Order: sequence, then structure tokens, then C-alpha cells
Amino acid sequence: MKAADFAYEKPGNLADALALLADPDRDASPLAGGQSLVPMMNFRMAMPDLLVDLGALDELRGIAPGAAGGLTIGAMTRYADLEASELVATHAPLIAMALPHIAHAAIRYRGTIGGSVALADPAAEMPALMLAMDAEIEAQSSQGSRRIRAAEFFTGIYDTALAPGELVTAIHITAAPEGRRFAFYELARRHGDYAMAGVAVAATGTNRADPRIAFFSVSDRPVRAIRAEAALQAGDAEDAMAALDEIDFAGDLNADARTKRHLAGVVLKRALGRL
Amino acid sequence: MSGPLTIFDRPRDYIGQPVPRADTKRLLQGRGTFIDDIQLPRMLHAAFVRSSVAHGVITGIDVAEARALPGVVAVYTGADIAPHVEPYVGVLSHLAGLRSAPQMPLAVGVTRWIGEPLAMIVAQSRAVAEDAAALVTVEIDPLEAVTDMETALDPATPVIHAEMDSNLAWERTVDVGDVDAAFARDDVTVVERRFRFGRHTGVTLETRGAVAAYDPSEDELTFWYSGQAPHMMQFIFAKHLGLPEENVRVVSQDVGGSFGIKIHTYGDEVATALAAKLLGRPVKFVADRMESFLSDIHARDHVVDGRIAVDAEGRVAALAFDDITGIGPFSMYPRTSAIEANQVLNLTGAPYVIGNYRAHAKVVFQNKNMMCQYRAVGHPIAMAVADCLLEDAAHEIGMDVVEIRRRNLIPDDAYPTQSASGMKLDDLSHHKSLETLVETMDYDARRAEHAKLREDGIYRGLGLISMVEVTNPSPMFYGIGGAPIASQDGATIRLDAGGGVHVSSSVTEQGQGTNAILAQIAADVFGVPIARVKVTTGDTRTTPYGGGTWASRGAGIGGEACLQAAQALKEQVLEVAAVILQSAPGKLDIRAGAVVDAEGGAERMTLSDLARTVYYRGNELPADLKPELVATRHYRVTDFPFVFTNCAMAAEVEVDPETGFVQVLNFWAVEDCGRVINPVLVDEQVRGGVVQGIGGALYEECIYDAEGQLQNATMADYLVPMAFEMPDIVVKHVETPTKTSVLGAKGAGEAGTGGAPGAVMNAVNDALRPLGAEIHQMPMTPERILRALGKV
Repeated sequence: MKAADFAYEKPGNLADALALLADPDRDASPLAGGQSLVPMMNFRMAMPDLLVDLGALDELRGIAPGAAGGLTIGAMTRYADLEASELVATHAPLIAMALPHIAHAAIRYRGTIGGSVALADPAAEMPALMLAMDAEIEAQSSQGSRRIRAAEFFTGIYDTALAPGELVTAIHITAAPEGRRFAFYELARRHGDYAMAGVAVAATGTNRADPRIAFFSVSDRPVRAIRAEAALQAGDAEDAMAALDEIDFAGDLNADARTKRHLAGVVLKRALGRL
Repeated sequence: MSGPLTIFDRPRDYIGQPVPRADTKRLLQGRGTFIDDIQLPRMLHAAFVRSSVAHGVITGIDVAEARALPGVVAVYTGADIAPHVEPYVGVLSHLAGLRSAPQMPLAVGVTRWIGEPLAMIVAQSRAVAEDAAALVTVEIDPLEAVTDMETALDPATPVIHAEMDSNLAWERTVDVGDVDAAFARDDVTVVERRFRFGRHTGVTLETRGAVAAYDPSEDELTFWYSGQAPHMMQFIFAKHLGLPEENVRVVSQDVGGSFGIKIHTYGDEVATALAAKLLGRPVKFVADRMESFLSDIHARDHVVDGRIAVDAEGRVAALAFDDITGIGPFSMYPRTSAIEANQVLNLTGAPYVIGNYRAHAKVVFQNKNMMCQYRAVGHPIAMAVADCLLEDAAHEIGMDVVEIRRRNLIPDDAYPTQSASGMKLDDLSHHKSLETLVETMDYDARRAEHAKLREDGIYRGLGLISMVEVTNPSPMFYGIGGAPIASQDGATIRLDAGGGVHVSSSVTEQGQGTNAILAQIAADVFGVPIARVKVTTGDTRTTPYGGGTWASRGAGIGGEACLQAAQALKEQVLEVAAVILQSAPGKLDIRAGAVVDAEGGAERMTLSDLARTVYYRGNELPADLKPELVATRHYRVTDFPFVFTNCAMAAEVEVDPETGFVQVLNFWAVEDCGRVINPVLVDEQVRGGVVQGIGGALYEECIYDAEGQLQNATMADYLVPMAFEMPDIVVKHVETPTKTSVLGAKGAGEAGTGGAPGAVMNAVNDALRPLGAEIHQMPMTPERILRALGKV
């Protein structure tokens, strides 16, 4: 279980990193925390020609208050840093709620928020959190920078709206309105495993206005439950649970699509109970 | 026991005490020597091309590109290797009718499971070897894969071995009493269940691995391997690679767990030894985790149709079952893949008085990885079938599950006796263990609490198991059937000039603490501080001949050999001391490293003084005194085929009816392994075993698709039990020493794994029963429980 041969570069600044990633003659892959990419390379499921290690790019690290409230989180910010951050606990409580469920401490010391978002594993928590928080993902390439709304970012299994040569550099989380509430619930067979089903929910006030419901590990990508949101907006949690058939449930080794459908209802009910 | 005075007639410092293991610090400081730590000059590295097709004719293997890759030293296919290896067949003569086909290290002509080695690359590094492996092109004409063991014997199913008329490897029936008449009685309640036990595997922390070195000048092969039975492997390499047996040295240094996984003949390891011989250079092979899942033996995979008849008083009138198990395409060599089914036939219901018993097992070939002996061979099936049927029957007739056991367990004063299947039983304590369990777990209070919680929609359950465990086997297990597997073990103890003692033993250390208990026994019996005892195990060149680690025999057999050798050395030393001190052996003793007066304990001379006199200044001794400061003793069990232990266990679980999740809240085990040599080590053996048992009950499964592809060959997808989900495990002991030895120790290594699955299944069904659901399939996954509940 050794990776195929690859070249390795550790650029000292973002411009150099983007230049390396832009080279059309090389199949370059950015290396963030490596918690998914390195195992995939060892299985030879990923065989990049060039690994661009982002570890020296301090400009991609850190958690800062956003310009209009909210937060800007550098893509190379590690889970462990998010866990320790008061800013995250205050302004992005969904992330704080989800972190203890993400793998194990050793992995959280290396894994990064940008790496998880860019990988777009449908079973991972972070992409669904982006949907629930209506976050924007900042992507840069040697051509410039753009912001992509989470709703447009995740396009399929391990698939995103990133263009070749584009790198996720930051996550922008808008300021939550007064009275915004959040809840998170997942069912994993062992603590730290990918969930059998999980959900992140946001809504405002006791009447749960403007709800956003985002599931993970139930389909080929993180999915919002639009009809369930509408039912909840109309004030009927039972209807919300019943409205999940809009989701294209996809089974895995632990649960077939029917079981995913059932468990999605359970996690939603339990999350709403915590909202 | 009556007879001469022994170590147990005097105070002891170590036996029975929680003595810390001597090797702990070394291992925790990273100073262990596992296979991958071994670096030899000119060493090469092996990687294997493995089959990606479950069943097919190999029409071509193109290795030209691989061979041309810089850094590649050799590439071998099955055809290249065949002339150098005598094929092996996994049969034993005492398992009448068992058949298998000749096996070679790399497939020749036909491949029969996904993961089977097809070609071997030997290169300057493992990375280069893997690069080369990716360049090998294999052409296979697929044949229909036989993956479903339940249809493996259907006439329409293709036969895996052309020379056979079916896929049946072995079949056996045990029929005692009049089973049909007992089931036909009109005063009995009959309960029938179909049990499914999933395939799982041992998942050792250190994967399988070996370094082989061959010296052509001496025609000698040295094989360092991560394994359990060096002498068995010595025989196998000698026989199948054509070497004189004494020219093969097998060494097992530190081993990161075995669990029965590392006691078999694996093609990749044989090929590694052969490559070293052909190339005259050391070759290392360390399986990566995916290779481990694909090629380490799997275990279990049984479907059992069982039924029990109980009368109104809860007495078992009859027990009967049919078992089918799939073992992969070959019976594993040399222990065979029929032992697990045989154990199921022999052990089911063995704790109970059962007059009418019929057990039938079919062992079939299939195109999946091979199955063989994993920790608690057959026990999880045997114990779960009997005790789940018994508990279900108790509920059927409205009787408490403890009470029905009290009425059926063999009385503690009934020994010696035998089980329904004819197993000789002695020195067991089922009732005492059960009562200790009931008291320890506060059974009645928990029952009351569960009833109350159920009103709040909380579904908890209790499940018990009363079990036997096969330990300390005699030659009746393997040797009688012609296998090169020793059931006896030996120990050599030597007093060195400095007054220290060296123990060399043929039992082996896999991380379970064998070396520690040998040191405890030697120190106590001979009479030195334990720090003065050094232990060597795992080397065919330097240890006595023996069986190694299997069937929970290290303490019971290796420990007894050590005890006897230490006693013999003590007698020899006292004889010399009596001459030097002008005393008599009977008036002297050895305590704390010195020869002392037996009466009063006054020190007469240190062992170092004595040894230096013998070794350096023999001129001071009478000419007719010929001191031997070394003694060897071997020990085997002669009175019984096996020395059984017993254990009573209970699990408390909570089932979430909405999600199907099961949480094991508490687990209790009352173990009677006879004399406890080191309570810490025994407790951890029990706990580790229970965790593996919970793994089998709730988590672990090798999931194959219909084409024979293993779906979850990674640590992310194959769910081993993790600390976070495990309950506290309370361990208590009842000590009924076996009369077969002075030491009185029985095995303690496998009870947890053997009994926990049935206890957990009983507990889950106890919790599910008020919901009108039941489950008899392991692992009991959330999805399966939701299906049982009709939720999905």
C-alpha cells in the first residue's frame, strides 16, 4: 500500500501554489491535511503527478470576523483550531456542534475545513454544514478569485463547481440574524465513523422561521430538503419528516436507500427536538 | 490434590499476583522487534499481484513490463514457483471424509478467490514492488463464482474442484439418544430458530509478515515471522521446500497479536521463503491492511437451523441442529477448515445435561477467502445456538433465564462426566459461576429497573451465557490426525553463573503475556526474585520442541512444563548445595536467590556463589559429583482430550427502536480457568476476548457481493469494536484447578470471544421482545434490527 510515484512541491506563497496548480501539463493535486487524499493515494485510487503541499501557506489559515459580521475561515484551518475557537462557537455554532463527531482527535489535528469542502465527500459533515449555514466558498486560481454559494458548489459525489486549477482558499459564513438557532444530529455506528445519516438544521425563533435543513450521508452529495423546509416554515414538523421523499436516497454498506430514508426522518426529528 | 508437597503448599511471591509484565516498558518505548523492524543486509521486498476474479481460468500472465522496471529483481508466477514447492493439502485423518485439493503458494491454472496470490514481485523496495505489480497484466476467463454457501451443494452449482463430485468438503453427524421421540413428546415446548453468523476475521494490530533469509553455503533457511507456531512452520518449510528439517530455523520475536490468524500456511509467506532460497538474498513481506482483509483467514460464516424441546419444568428434553458453513476454496493447511464445524458439533449444549442430541454439519467450498481457526474456534456458534434457544424456550414457557439454567446445568458435584456429544468433562463450576454472576450483576434489581424503564419507552435487555471453553488440548486435537502440531511443550531452565535464571520455552508470546507468566512460575518454584529470570520463546533453534500458541494452552501446558523444569532444577541445585554445605538436600531450600536452611530460613550461600563454584572452581567439588545446573521438562495432557474451562457471562444492552442501534451498557464475566497465575493478564484476556465477541455480535463482517468481491477491505469499512462503544467489563473468578497438572491452570484466552456473542444476542432479544421482534443474525446491525422491527 504505497503511493505511486509523484513529485512534491511546498510553495511558500499562494501565488506560487496557484501557478503550480495551473500547469496544464501536470495532474497536480493540492495537499491540505491529507486525511483523505493520502489514504486514497496509498490505495492508488488517486495518482497525482504532483502534490502541492499547502502547509506553508499561512495566509490560508485562521478564523477572523467577517466584514459584515459572520466569519471568514481560511481553508487550511484545521478542525482542531475550529474546535478551540470561541469565534466559531459564537458565530458558527453548527461547526462547533459537528466537530466532536468528525473522526478522531488525531485526524482533527491534521484535517482542514477547506480540504473537506473541496473533497465533497457526501458522507462528510462539513459540506452539509456549508449548505445549512448558506456559506460561500472562496476559490482562487491564477486567473483570480470568486465566491461560490454552497448550494451551487456541491455537484455530485466527490464533485464540485471548482474549475481545474482552482483552489478553495476560504469559507465565508454570513452573520446569523438575531434568534437564529442551530441543531445537529448524526447516527454513526461507531463514534467518529462516517454517519449512516446526519442532518444540520438552522431556523429562526421559536416558530422556526426560514429553516434550512441539510442532510449528509444519505445521497450522492449533501442535500437540502426544500419541501421539508417549507413544511417546517408552515409550522408542521410532522409534515417536514414526511416530505423527505424528494431526496434521492442512495444506500451504502451500512444502510440501503430505504433505511437511509427511515434514518433521515429519525435524525431530522431528533435535530428539531434540539433546535 | 494429594501427593508430594508442591509450590502450592508454601507461601508464594508471584503465582496468583498481578505481577507487571517485564516487556511492557520495552514495547511502550518502541523497542520491540516486529517483522517490519528487521533490516538485513541485501534485503529485498516482496509484493503480490492478487486475483481480482473470484473464479476463473488464468489464460495469461504478462510480467515483461514488471520485470523490466528498474529496481525489480525477480518476478514469479505460479508456474515459475510450482517446480520448487511440494503442494499441500489441508486434511486430517481423524476428520473422516474431509477432502481438499492440492494448494500452491501462487495459483496455477485456475484462480479461486479474490485476493489469491497470482504473481510475486521481488524488488529493492516495497514501493517499487508495488509499482511493478501494477504493470503485470493477468488474463482470466471468468467461471461462475460459488459464493452462496447455502446453494453450494445444489446440482446446478458449478463444482470448484474438477476432481470432486460436489463442493462438499466434510460432513459429520452426532446422534445421541432418541431425538425424534423427545421432540414428539406431547409435554414439551419446541422452539426453532435459524441463526446466521457472519464472516469475520481477526484484524491483528501487526499484520502478517515475514523475513526469509537463505544461506546456500549451509543450505539453511531462517524465517522470521509474525506467528504462533514456529516448530509447525519449521516442518512445513522443510517438507514443502525440500530442506532438511534441522536446516530450517523459524523465529517469532515480538508479535502484534495473532488470535489464530497467524497459525496457518499462507501462500505469500511460503513464496517469500522460496524467493529467498532462489535468490540467495533476504526477502521481506509485510501484508498491507487490504491484503490482510483479503488473505488472512476468515472465520464463522455459519447458518444453523436449531431447535430445542423443554418440558414444563424447563428441563431440556432434546437439542438438535443442522449447521452449514462455507470455508472458501480449500481447507486451510495444516490445521484444516473443518475444525470449527467439528467444535460446533462437539460443544453445543456441553454445559447442560442433555440426553437427546443430534447435530449435523456440512462444510462446503466456495469462491471466497479461506476460513479457518480464529480465537474461540466454533465456540461463538455453539454457545449462541444452545443458549439463545434455551433463553427463547424459557420465555416461551414463562420461566426466568437464570432458573432454566439452574435446572439444566451439569451439577458442580457431578464430575467427571461427559457432554451429550461425548466430551469428557471435569473440574467445572457452572452453578457456582452462575450464582456468582447473578450476585455480581445484581440480576433481580436490573430486571426490575428494566421493567420500569420500559414504561418510559426505554428498551433494555439482559442476556446470559453459560459456556465451556476448550483449552489445554492433548494429541487428540491434531496430532492424532497426522498434523505436525505438537500438543506437548517443553521448558529448559538454566542457572547461570551470576545467579540469574534463564527459561527457554516452546510456547510463544503474541502479546498475551506468556513470557511474564513463565517468569512468575520459574521465580516462585525455583526460588529467585522475578527480576533475575529471563525468558526466551519463539525460536526453533534455541527452545525445546513444542506447539506454540493455540487453544489457550500457554499457561496450562507451557506453564506446567516450566513448573516441572524449575522443580527439577531446584532438586539438582540442592543436591550440589548439600555437598558443598555438608548438609542434606531435604534440609535446604532455595529462597530469594539463596540456598537457605529449610528450617528457619538462615542463608547458607547465594545461588551465584554456588554457580560460580560449579562453573569456575570445579576443583573444589568431589570428583564423583557431576552437577547439572540446567533442567528440561516436557508436559502433555494425558488423561483427557481437552481440559475444559467454564464461564458465565451476561450482557446488558439498550436498543433504540427508532434507529436499531444497540449500546452494550454493561458486561460481566465469571471465569473459571483453574489456577490464576496473573489476575491482571487473565482479566485482560477475558476483556479483550469479550470485546472481540461484541465485535462479532454487533460490528464485524466481511461483506461479499454475489461475485465474490470483498466490499469492505479497509479499516474504515470493516468495523472493529472501538473503545468508545465498549462497556465496562467486570471480571470475577471461580478457581477450580484442573487435576491434570500440579499448576492446575486451564486456559483463559478464548472464553470472552466464545461467549459474548450469544450473551449479547440474548440481551438484544430480551430488549426487543416487548416490541414483538427478534433477531438471530450476527452481526446485529442497526439495519437488521430495523428490519426485524418492521421499520424498513
